[in-house]
Parts: sequence; C-alpha cells; structure tokens
Amino acid sequence: MSLVELEDVVKRFGALTVLDHLNFRVEPGEIIAVIGRSGSGKSTLLRCINGLEPIQQGRIVFDGVTVNDPTTDLRKLRQRVGIVFQSYNLFPHLSVEKNITLAPRVVKRMEDDAARRLAVTVLARVGLAEKIDAYPDQLSGGQQQRVAIARSLAMQPQLMLFDEITSALDPELTGEVLKVLEQVAGEGMTMMLVTHEIGFARRVATRLIFMHAGRIWEQGRADETLANPRTPELANFLEAVLH
Amino acid sequence: MIREFTLNDVYYLLLAARWTLALTSIAFLGGGAVGLIVAVMRISPFSSLRLASTLFVNVVQGIPLLAWLFVFFFGLPILVGVRVSPWAAAVAAYAVYAGAFLGEIWRGCLQAIPRQQWEAGASLALSFASQLRYIIVPQAIRIAIPPTVGFLVQLIKNTSLAAVIGFVELTREGQLTTAATYRPFSVYIVVAAIYFSMCFPLTQWSRRLERTLRVAR
Repeated sequence: MSLVELEDVVKRFGALTVLDHLNFRVEPGEIIAVIGRSGSGKSTLLRCINGLEPIQQGRIVFDGVTVNDPTTDLRKLRQRVGIVFQSYNLFPHLSVEKNITLAPRVVKRMEDDAARRLAVTVLARVGLAEKIDAYPDQLSGGQQQRVAIARSLAMQPQLMLFDEITSALDPELTGEVLKVLEQVAGEGMTMMLVTHEIGFARRVATRLIFMHAGRIWEQGRADETLANPRTPELANFLEAVLH
Repeated sequence: MIREFTLNDVYYLLLAARWTLALTSIAFLGGGAVGLIVAVMRISPFSSLRLASTLFVNVVQGIPLLAWLFVFFFGLPILVGVRVSPWAAAVAAYAVYAGAFLGEIWRGCLQAIPRQQWEAGASLALSFASQLRYIIVPQAIRIAIPPTVGFLVQLIKNTSLAAVIGFVELTREGQLTTAATYRPFSVYIVVAAIYFSMCFPLTQWSRRLERTLRVAR
C-alpha cells in the first residue's frame, strides 16, 4: 500500500488555483525531490499533506487515513508526518532540549528523563549533541535548521516533509544541513523535499517531481529526468537554476 | 463651620487611598480574568467565540466608563430589582471595563507572535490549548508587560470616577475634605501627590521591565 495517495487534489487560494487536479503516490522508503519555480505549488503540496492547508477538491490519504476528512484527527496524523520549514520556526523562548522534548512530553506524555534521553539521541543524529542546553539565538542558521530536523525526528514520524529547508542558508551552512538530510535518507525514512539544490536532488532522491502551474509537469528517476527534460518548461527551469 | 486643613485630613486622605488601591486591585484581577478569556476568544478558531468577544469589546469600549458605573449602580436596581452598594457596583463596572481593554491589549500581544510559531506547534501535533500554553503565551507575556502596567496606571487614575456613585476613595475623600475646609487647592495638591506616588513607581517599574525584557530571551 502506498504511504501517501493524492487523488484529483485541487487547492485554491481565492481565485488562484495552486494545485490543479494533482494525482500521485508516495511509496514507503521513497525520497522524492520536488522542484519547480516559486508559485508552482511545491510548498502548498507539502502543507496540504499534513493538513496545514485545507483542499477544495479531491482526496489526500496518508497510510489509510483521509487527511481532508473533517472527522480525521489531524493531531494523530501529525504525530506520524513531520515537517521542517524554511524559516526553522524553533521556539525562541525554549532551549534546544525543550524545543525537542515539548511535543513528546505534551503529546506523547513521555517522562522527563526519557524525553531528555530522546533529545540526546536525535541531537546526536544531527551532530549537535553539545548544543542541548543552548537557545536558538545562540545557534547559526544551519544549526537551528538541524535542531528543527531533530525536533521533527523526535516524534518518530513515518514521513518527513522538508519545505525548502536550505533556502535561507549560505552555501556552507546548506552543506551541513544537506549532509544531515542525506544521513536521515540513508536510514530509510520516507521523505518529500521541496528544494532548489538540484545536485542534491540528483544524488539523493529516488524520484524527482517537477511542478509547473499547479501540476506535476514531469517526474521520473532523478538523474534521468534532470539529464533529459522532456518539456521545454523543465529545460528552461534547469537552464535558469544551473546557470 | 469651616475648619482648617490639617495633618489629620491628610491622614484621612491616605486612608481613603487604600480604597483606591483596593478597587484598582480587584478591578485588575477581575478584569484580568475577563481579559484573558476575551483575548483567547478573540483569536480562537471558532467564529462564534470571536464574534461574541468582539461584540463585548466593542460595546464596552463604545460606552464611557462613567456610564458603566451608572448602569451598575442605578441600572441594576431598576432592571433586576437588586440594590447594589457603591463598592459592588464599582467593582463590577471596573472589572467589565478592564476586561475589555486588557482583552484587546493581550489579543494584540498574542497576535504579535508570528503565525509560524503556531504552525510549528500544530505540525508537532500540539492542540490549540497546548500551542497557546507552551508556545504563544510565554512569548506574548514579554511584550504584554509594558502595556499592561500602562493600563494599570490608567486604572488607578480612573478609579476616581467611582466618586460619582458615592464610593469613598481618594477623590471622593478629597471632595468631602474640600467641602469641610474650603481649601480646594491644598486638598487637591495632596490628592494629586498621593495619586502620583502610586502611579510613578509603576511607570518606572514598567520602563525597567521594558529595558530588561528587550535583552532577555
């Protein structure tokens, strides 16, 4: 069974159609890179999958649960679907540890000791074990983003969504975040990432999706799709991104 | 017979100032409770709660405090047949008044926290109440303290209006002393000094808080 299924999904912001009759599936273990111009609907797609944005038509199913069914408990769903944002969105008033343990303690009723151990574990995975007592404003952008990834990992999700998580970072910091992503991918996590890092997409993604005008314009194996664009839209996009 | 304005009168003014402080404290606590509910209703996901709280705020803010004092003191006996003391009427009127204003101040502070903080909480499966409690309120408190203290200072001065329904607080005691001594200038200078000595430390405290909170996390 597919982990995620989108059937004829339409998302509009007022008169603007952002997702235009979208159909696709995500299988467990897939690493899907979503590329495309600003406004092509990439981020909205991710936000619809974990129910942050309502859709106007169609169906989104995660592991048998219909996301856009009003009776679905989105909180249960979100325990299994993690999302990391472009602007990190760490809680500035909480230490790194508390940022990570807040949801496990409050949502999963984890004991303080167990939560602390969990924080140590996930921080080690993103290479920031020594920053456990720091506050977000004492960290670089790259470190903040790695904490945000750790915070999401701490919920032990089945699917992780990454929304342009390196777009606010300089190349050096981007590198350290991508390294962490690559490692998480290597551990078998199912991931969807919206990215402008074409090289990274080619290297890590098992499938590449090019979005254009709210539709999946092209998709396929990352290396093949990038090497041989079938549509002028993808060719133009790659031209613009790579030069 | 007109008597002298003596230290004894100053002493009585100070005693009356206790009632100013008592009214301010209870109005602030009651208004704070009302304001907290109003602020949360104003930003709640339920449109009926938003509508009800908006209506409350608009009605209270659109009618002068003086009129609220009259409503509770003269209106309640006529409308529901309950006689209320000036103290009870004043407490009710000020709690309603403070509730609407604090509700609006705090709503603004809650809304000043970026939407992304709510989203980060929601995407970690936290409920609306948990997002509010663990993420939004702790950050909003920092920006809420200066305007809240500012309102408290206003409230102290505005309790003087309760004199019109016969509640004997500092201003009313000043009126009574003036009537007995016919020394309005001296009496009101003392009254003003007492108000100032209550408000000034608060404004100073608020300034200091603003400075320390700017650098604090």
